[in-house]
Amino acid sequence: MAEVSTVKAERPEHLHHHFVSSEQQFDAAKMGMWLFLVTEILLFSGMFVAYTVFRIWYPEVFSHSAELLNWRLGGLNTIVLLASSFTVAMGVHYAQTNERKKLVRALILTIFFASIFMVVKYFEYTGKFAHGVFPGINFNPHGTAGGLDYAAYNIPFAAQFFSIYFVMTGIHGLHVLIGIGLFTWLVIRANKGHFSSEYYTPVEITGLYWHLVDIIWIFLFPLLYLI
Amino acid sequence: MSVAASTSMNYLNHDHSIKSWLLTKDHKRIGILYLVVISLVFLAGGILALFIRVEQMASGQDIMGPDAYNQLFTIHGVLMIFAFIIPAIPSILGNFVLPMQIGARDVAFPRINLLSFYLYVAGAVIALSALLIGRIDGGWTFYAPYSIRVGDSILFVTMGVFVMGFSSILTGVNFIVTIHKMRAPGLTWNRLPLFVWSLYATAIVQVLATPVIGITVLLLFLERLLGIGIFDPALGGDPVLFQHFFWFYSHPAVYVMILPAFGIISELIGTFSRHRIFGYRFVALSSIAIAFLGALVWGHHMFVAGQSALASTVFSLLTFLIGIPTGVKIVNWVVTMYKGSIQLRTPMLYALMFLFLFSIGGFTGIMLGVLPIDIHLHDTYFIVAHFHYVMVGGNVIAAIGGLHYWWPKITGKMFNETLGRIAAVLIFVGFNLTFIPQFITGSRGMPRRYYDYPVEFESLNLLSTYGSWVMAAGLFLIAGYLLHSLFKGKKASANPWGSLTLEWTHTNPLPDPHNFEQTPTVTRGPYDYHLAKELFENESFGDGLESDHVPELDEKGQAKA
Repeated sequence: MAEVSTVKAERPEHLHHHFVSSEQQFDAAKMGMWLFLVTEILLFSGMFVAYTVFRIWYPEVFSHSAELLNWRLGGLNTIVLLASSFTVAMGVHYAQTNERKKLVRALILTIFFASIFMVVKYFEYTGKFAHGVFPGINFNPHGTAGGLDYAAYNIPFAAQFFSIYFVMTGIHGLHVLIGIGLFTWLVIRANKGHFSSEYYTPVEITGLYWHLVDIIWIFLFPLLYLI
Repeated sequence: MSVAASTSMNYLNHDHSIKSWLLTKDHKRIGILYLVVISLVFLAGGILALFIRVEQMASGQDIMGPDAYNQLFTIHGVLMIFAFIIPAIPSILGNFVLPMQIGARDVAFPRINLLSFYLYVAGAVIALSALLIGRIDGGWTFYAPYSIRVGDSILFVTMGVFVMGFSSILTGVNFIVTIHKMRAPGLTWNRLPLFVWSLYATAIVQVLATPVIGITVLLLFLERLLGIGIFDPALGGDPVLFQHFFWFYSHPAVYVMILPAFGIISELIGTFSRHRIFGYRFVALSSIAIAFLGALVWGHHMFVAGQSALASTVFSLLTFLIGIPTGVKIVNWVVTMYKGSIQLRTPMLYALMFLFLFSIGGFTGIMLGVLPIDIHLHDTYFIVAHFHYVMVGGNVIAAIGGLHYWWPKITGKMFNETLGRIAAVLIFVGFNLTFIPQFITGSRGMPRRYYDYPVEFESLNLLSTYGSWVMAAGLFLIAGYLLHSLFKGKKASANPWGSLTLEWTHTNPLPDPHNFEQTPTVTRGPYDYHLAKELFENESFGDGLESDHVPELDEKGQAKA
């Protein structure tokens, strides 16, 4: 009769029954997350293609319309997201060194930076809406702000620029929100002591997800705000 | 090890509660859940097809008006493509067989596997609910700008496709990680069954291509909801851009459809010829090549859409290239049979049907890749016949063959072999009778997706409808005897076909919930039938006479216990 290792002490709690070892489980989780990130890149790439195509067709309209976007706020958001990637990397490190309190703090800081990002985006969006800059057929720029006459940007195909802007930053923002939710769940679990140097897989793979969210913004920011 | 198969615990009898089925994480049970739902979807899509054929029996109005007809072929397409053919083989047979064929206890992420199933069901329900909201017509390709004008129902169809796409992506991720990380010791890539190779290539396409249809339907959704102006020319958008987006996924999607079917054919021809697959490495790697090349040819759906002549030429050339690895596979399968010991059991009949039917489908596909030919044949019934030959003659025939092949492993029962052969003949005759006339009418100019047609095409359309009835009879017969076998079928042995792959190595016909009591160690290839005498305890194998297990060979080539 084959002996399967059923002695509880030998099988850690986090190890699922279909895996042979913790390493196999961790490797599988990481590979799965990387593959999922590839699918996310392809999802966003559709929007990047739409942006590229319309930009090639209407380059002046696109660079002109970008003047209505506040590159300082966008730059602030870039720095904020980079900081959050740093704090999440520190979190993974603290998990690996069994420093539970520092891990919790690092995760909370990550949530804090991500929230700043969302607050800045909120002000950006509402500022646009107040001047009639909506995605789609409701695009009707009017009013003045910061020395800009919005009505002068009501030119053909500017609506496409802003549609693409809202869709891309909107879907990106949705991913930031999802990230905030995930990190909140991680903070709760970390506080309870679920993670250690033996098992910190959720921290690792959520960190990977977050780095992708960050890197997508790194591409969005110059394409939409700067050029 | 228990000898009495009927009393030992297996994955079916260890827990009978509804909760243990609906919340199962066992890949085998999930495969069965998919089988039940997907069979119902196939039934619905098939009945729609029968209605289409009844309407097309004679020119003019027969049983419905043009509006109803347009919705009918649209729903038939949406259901059959998104809810049937793309998930079918990977989610049913892939789920059931893959972990066992690599000696694993389950897939890498069993809970995500269950999530995939529920996402699939939710997506299918959402897409179908579009019917209640309003009309969906214009074909399963829902080109802009018509699809933007057609009403709110498009929101539900796009949402449904998005959710089903998510299910497909998660299955793909699961399978790739499973194949990379959970193979049994000794199971190198070069010893993998070809079904596993094909599922791997399929999963790569699922992971890379499906997100693109995701963003496409999302953008279509936003176009309809907000008027974002990407695709609608009235708002400054470009409808041809929609076609590029759409086909960039939907062409690789057809490789999601056919690659697992190729994998099944390898298993069937290997087992029922009792012969190694000729050119194993080529057959394995050609799946990867087809997956890669398949991402480069989407423009061959757009030769008359207004893309440049240069683009069309490049796409045409790349389309020819895909024929090469595919053609070599067909040749390799035929050569595998040469000097093999062939048994014409029901699954083998389907494999042989596949060779014939898929060759016609593939060859007509290459024909359509020729620019001057496609100009005339695009949007005619020639296209309809072509894709039904590859999708039905290819995928569905292989799926049915695979279902019959693994039926004893899934259910522990054998089906009636005579009825199996009769049904196979009915399907073969019925299918050809349905679609050969469509090649002819199409080449003579009969357009597709048209409610009516000139009287001169009537006799061929009538023949086509009769064919659909013969084929339906065959399919209903299959459903009948398979269901009957569940209750009254002969109990299967552990390895009724005498196959050499790992899923047949259980001592009991039905697998244990965890598949293997002890992780197998693999020391040989999956089609080493030249070792059959050493591996099987007697020489009477595969005649329904049973080999109860497949012992491994030790270093001296002696069978181990």
